[in-house]
Amino acid sequence: MTRVDRQSWDVVVVGAGGAGLRAAIEAREQGLRCAVICKSLFGKAHTVMAEGGIAASMANVNHNDNWQVHFRDTMRGGKFLNNWRMAELHAQEAPDRVWELETWGAVFDRTPDGRISQRNFGGHEYPRLAHVGDRTGLELIRTLQQKIVSLQQEDHREYGDYEARLKVFQECTVTRVLKDGGRVSGVFGYERESGRFFVIEAPAVVLATGGIGKSFKVTSNSWEYTGDGHALALLAGARLVNMEFVQFHPTGMVWPPSVKGILVTESVRGDGGVLRNSDGKRFMFDYVPDVFKEKYAESEAEGDRWYTDPDNNRRPPELLPRDEVARAINAEVKAGRGSPHGGVFLDVSTRMPAEAIKRKLPSMHHQFKELADVDITAEPMEVGPTCHYVMGGVEVDPDTAAAVGVPGLFAAGEVAGGMHGSNRLGGNSLSDLLVFGRRAGLYAARYAASFATEAAPVVADADVELAEAEALRPFGAEAPDGAAENPYALHQELQQGMSDLVGIIRRAGEMEEALHRLSGLRARARRAGVEGHRQFNPGWHLALDLRNMLLVSECVARAALEREESRGGHTRDDHPGMDRRWRRINLVCRLADESAEPAAADSALGLVRLERQEAQPIREDLLALFEKEELAKYLTDEELTS
Amino acid sequence: MSYQARFKVWRGDADGGGLADFEVTVNEGEVVLDVVHRLQATAAPDLAVRWNCKAGKCGSCSAEINGRPRLLCMTRMSVFDPAETVTITPLRAFPVLRDLVTDVSYNYAKAREVPSFVPPAELGPGQYRMKQEDVNRVQEFRKCIECFLCQNTCHVVRDHEENKQAFAGPRFLMRVAELDMHPLDAAAEAGVDRRRGAREEHGLGYCNITKCCTEVCPEHIKITDNALIPLKERVVDRSYDPLVWLGSKIRRRKA
Amino acid sequence: MATGTDPETAAAGHAPARGVHHSTRAAIPAPHLRADRWWLSPAVTAAGLLAFVVYSTWRAFAGADYYAAPYVSPFYSPCLADNCVEMKGGADWGLVGSWWGLSPALLVLIFPLGFRLTCYYYRKAYYRGFWASPPACAVPEPHKKYSGETRFPLILQNVHRYFFYFAVLVAGILTYDAVLGFRDADGAWGHMGLGTLVLLANIALIWAYTLSCHSCRHIVGGRLRNFSKHPVRYRMWGWVSALNARHMQLAWASLVSVAVADFYVYLVASGAFSDPRFF
Repeated sequence: MTRVDRQSWDVVVVGAGGAGLRAAIEAREQGLRCAVICKSLFGKAHTVMAEGGIAASMANVNHNDNWQVHFRDTMRGGKFLNNWRMAELHAQEAPDRVWELETWGAVFDRTPDGRISQRNFGGHEYPRLAHVGDRTGLELIRTLQQKIVSLQQEDHREYGDYEARLKVFQECTVTRVLKDGGRVSGVFGYERESGRFFVIEAPAVVLATGGIGKSFKVTSNSWEYTGDGHALALLAGARLVNMEFVQFHPTGMVWPPSVKGILVTESVRGDGGVLRNSDGKRFMFDYVPDVFKEKYAESEAEGDRWYTDPDNNRRPPELLPRDEVARAINAEVKAGRGSPHGGVFLDVSTRMPAEAIKRKLPSMHHQFKELADVDITAEPMEVGPTCHYVMGGVEVDPDTAAAVGVPGLFAAGEVAGGMHGSNRLGGNSLSDLLVFGRRAGLYAARYAASFATEAAPVVADADVELAEAEALRPFGAEAPDGAAENPYALHQELQQGMSDLVGIIRRAGEMEEALHRLSGLRARARRAGVEGHRQFNPGWHLALDLRNMLLVSECVARAALEREESRGGHTRDDHPGMDRRWRRINLVCRLADESAEPAAADSALGLVRLERQEAQPIREDLLALFEKEELAKYLTDEELTS
Repeated sequence: MSYQARFKVWRGDADGGGLADFEVTVNEGEVVLDVVHRLQATAAPDLAVRWNCKAGKCGSCSAEINGRPRLLCMTRMSVFDPAETVTITPLRAFPVLRDLVTDVSYNYAKAREVPSFVPPAELGPGQYRMKQEDVNRVQEFRKCIECFLCQNTCHVVRDHEENKQAFAGPRFLMRVAELDMHPLDAAAEAGVDRRRGAREEHGLGYCNITKCCTEVCPEHIKITDNALIPLKERVVDRSYDPLVWLGSKIRRRKA
Repeated sequence: MATGTDPETAAAGHAPARGVHHSTRAAIPAPHLRADRWWLSPAVTAAGLLAFVVYSTWRAFAGADYYAAPYVSPFYSPCLADNCVEMKGGADWGLVGSWWGLSPALLVLIFPLGFRLTCYYYRKAYYRGFWASPPACAVPEPHKKYSGETRFPLILQNVHRYFFYFAVLVAGILTYDAVLGFRDADGAWGHMGLGTLVLLANIALIWAYTLSCHSCRHIVGGRLRNFSKHPVRYRMWGWVSALNARHMQLAWASLVSVAVADFYVYLVASGAFSDPRFF
């Protein structure tokens, strides 16, 4: 194995977004040597796209806020399907994680008394989102990046080498998590730039690869979001939970076509923006579901008063959780009351002075001006739902972020499942990254440190050879008739199929059709071939990513077909109601072929098996945070009495 | 609304290359990156290009279009005449890797040379108090998406490879300015002199304020007026102004 | 692995070609690919500055036709030599004495010249326009070596703030001159002619240009770390910053106005034009 470069590190973090960088910082601060691998350049991760803010109950703006309220909001947003322990840890630790960022140089917007300012957001009872205009994600990434640089400077002073204990391998893709027996032994991947393969031996691997949005046609996600971590975990023998829950953000751009799906931040509504249909009606008042009736304004006048007097008025229904708003917009468009380009109108121009819009929503102003020729201070935006986030992900232990069933594998951020239940609240993503990124880094470091005394798992040459053969397959691909499949065309078909058949509104027949198409695509993906050589070859990269997207799409489709109710990010036309009995059931996917070895040419394409798993009952003291009547909407009578 | 457009795209690697001609469909509302993607999906599947967010927020797709440093994703096709041939090349201040992808590691190396934010020893997490008017300047600089277009267009290194050693470039001089203006940065207490560093370590004196960095900034940060010139003035305070020097000497003696 | 964040050291050896033609960079024969009229802006700048230099050289060395009571040319105020024509009540101080035989303008023009020569805007203008360093963005400069403002003589650009202090003094004196424009040729108040307006417009632009200076912005408030502790200076910094955003426009406007004011005085003093009087 002379061709494959090998290195040894204590902890490998796959992904350099918020969760990955936070995990790396933690592992390094525990004194371990940590390698970070990312597909893009360092600092370009998709986290930069997060706009609104970081939810943390610091109570800087409304002193009534505390972690219990945040926990309640999170559970309500997720329709009580959340892993309650994760939601609890998240609500408790988020403020510390935000404050910590300030000591690393983050500069948030301020309140008049100099604290971190917090803004309103959908589903949050109080103003809770720490923010920097509408570019909070950029601030988060840059701060973590600069913290890593500062740790590297420390190492440079101590060892004369910036990368002695913390190194970023940028523009590298991991295609396999390697194992020794049942335990993680390292990762196999390739450098995008040169196409060279490499192996990093490490007893602990943290997956922080983000989401799966690139399997859908209209998405706010970048090319990186191909479900790599989800697929790596599955292939390594871990399980994915709640994969049927995919969040469609209610407001993505719909025009021009080339930017369709790009996010329009929820802050637009948090700061006063309203949704109207082609009749000029604020239609959201017609879409307040029963479970939220008491919490939301009944008239436009009350909703408008709320912005200035939140204690005596209820919030406008534009600020319902994202799933509700997305469905409402979808319904309005279907009923023929949409905007010219198939969305609805989102208007701030009549609600705020132009100067305030430019100050509070600078990048939205910029984005619409530059990309759509729309001046949002003078005219409404056209918006529609866009695939934004997957609630489902790797099943993890809530306290340690360790993947269930695979010692040495950890997952944090969007790639981990459970925290957000059936629907994520805006702002809870960035706090999730920080809270569980840190936990993953911490426990991965502790786990890796245990190998100081015992022998670490070993990477077998045979596994490396198999992984190499798998990665090279697209270069030799040929169909029986001699023509290789074009990976770009396959990708487009996949996106079209998932959007049409497993999209925002789902039906049994369509999902069966989707599974049928997926198996066809799977067979053809095996023949996906590429031209050229291995040096920075995007066609090759896509051919390899297709494996992951197909695997993850199958999980989504299977789980969605199985869950016969509508809840959060999963809406069944044929089962429109929420069913309390389904709340306790988590759908778990695993690889059908139990041998998770990176073997046989087609093992990666093996089918996914679905299981039902009973959720842990919510702890007594956490249940006590809710009124009995509210619980009755979500929990079965039997659960309530016991 | 669609039309056939003519493109010249630089293809090659460190060993050489040249402009390749393409004819490709352009639809209404598209940006140059859409066209590059169409080329990948049709005529040139192995055309190398960096991109991520496609919304001007990540700063990955920096290149030169008709000789001007721009983001591919924020350059709309409507700014060109349909009859015009649009030329796309990689950034020309950095080593080329392949096609439109360049080696931007110069920038990461320079980032490491800027001493990090130094947290004030007396304040714990959650105790930071800063007024909005005191952080406005810093926040403008933190809008930077690190597309490195300013680094690419700056003639100090673009036209003089040998200056890369001594000159940090506008992006990282702006970072020094950002930290020097941060209301709570405790560098001085830790013995770090950022102004001296700006002059001696990061080559502020090489900047001749010809403003190309500001011209190409996709975030419209006033790099020259708000970061580089104020930093130059701060360096004058520190190194070139006898009156300020004398004043601080006297004040120090009194204290 | 080559994918770290460390730059790879370029292979040493044969002398590499310069700049964009350096051996590691994309092989593109053209020095630049700009298709727009990038040369227009530096050409216009150079032509404008050159025109002013020619005009001001002529007028500065002329030593004549600079005073037409009650108006004095801004090129010749204050007058520091004995050889000035008498200016009634004007800034006519023979500080230098009688040995100075050249045009008295030369003594005082050093200061505005120094101010403008070291001005952050004019530096850009002449580095681009005259020195082609660079001629335009992404267009290569012709020089083999470049050390910017790190060495003598360009390191002297750092004295800009001292020229700013002098520029404030000069602007004060020119304000005084403009006020004197409200007296008639005999020194009686209550006069206003076209010349008064010309001088007023000029001094307004001079002040706007002077106060919009980057050094001024720094001195007024830019050097502070915490604006919130200095509310008055913060407000002043805000005003200066607003002006500073127009520094280029003000630089040109005041350059033109100073030449126009001088030329107006020349026309009146040489008798080619008689000053229309409003009251």
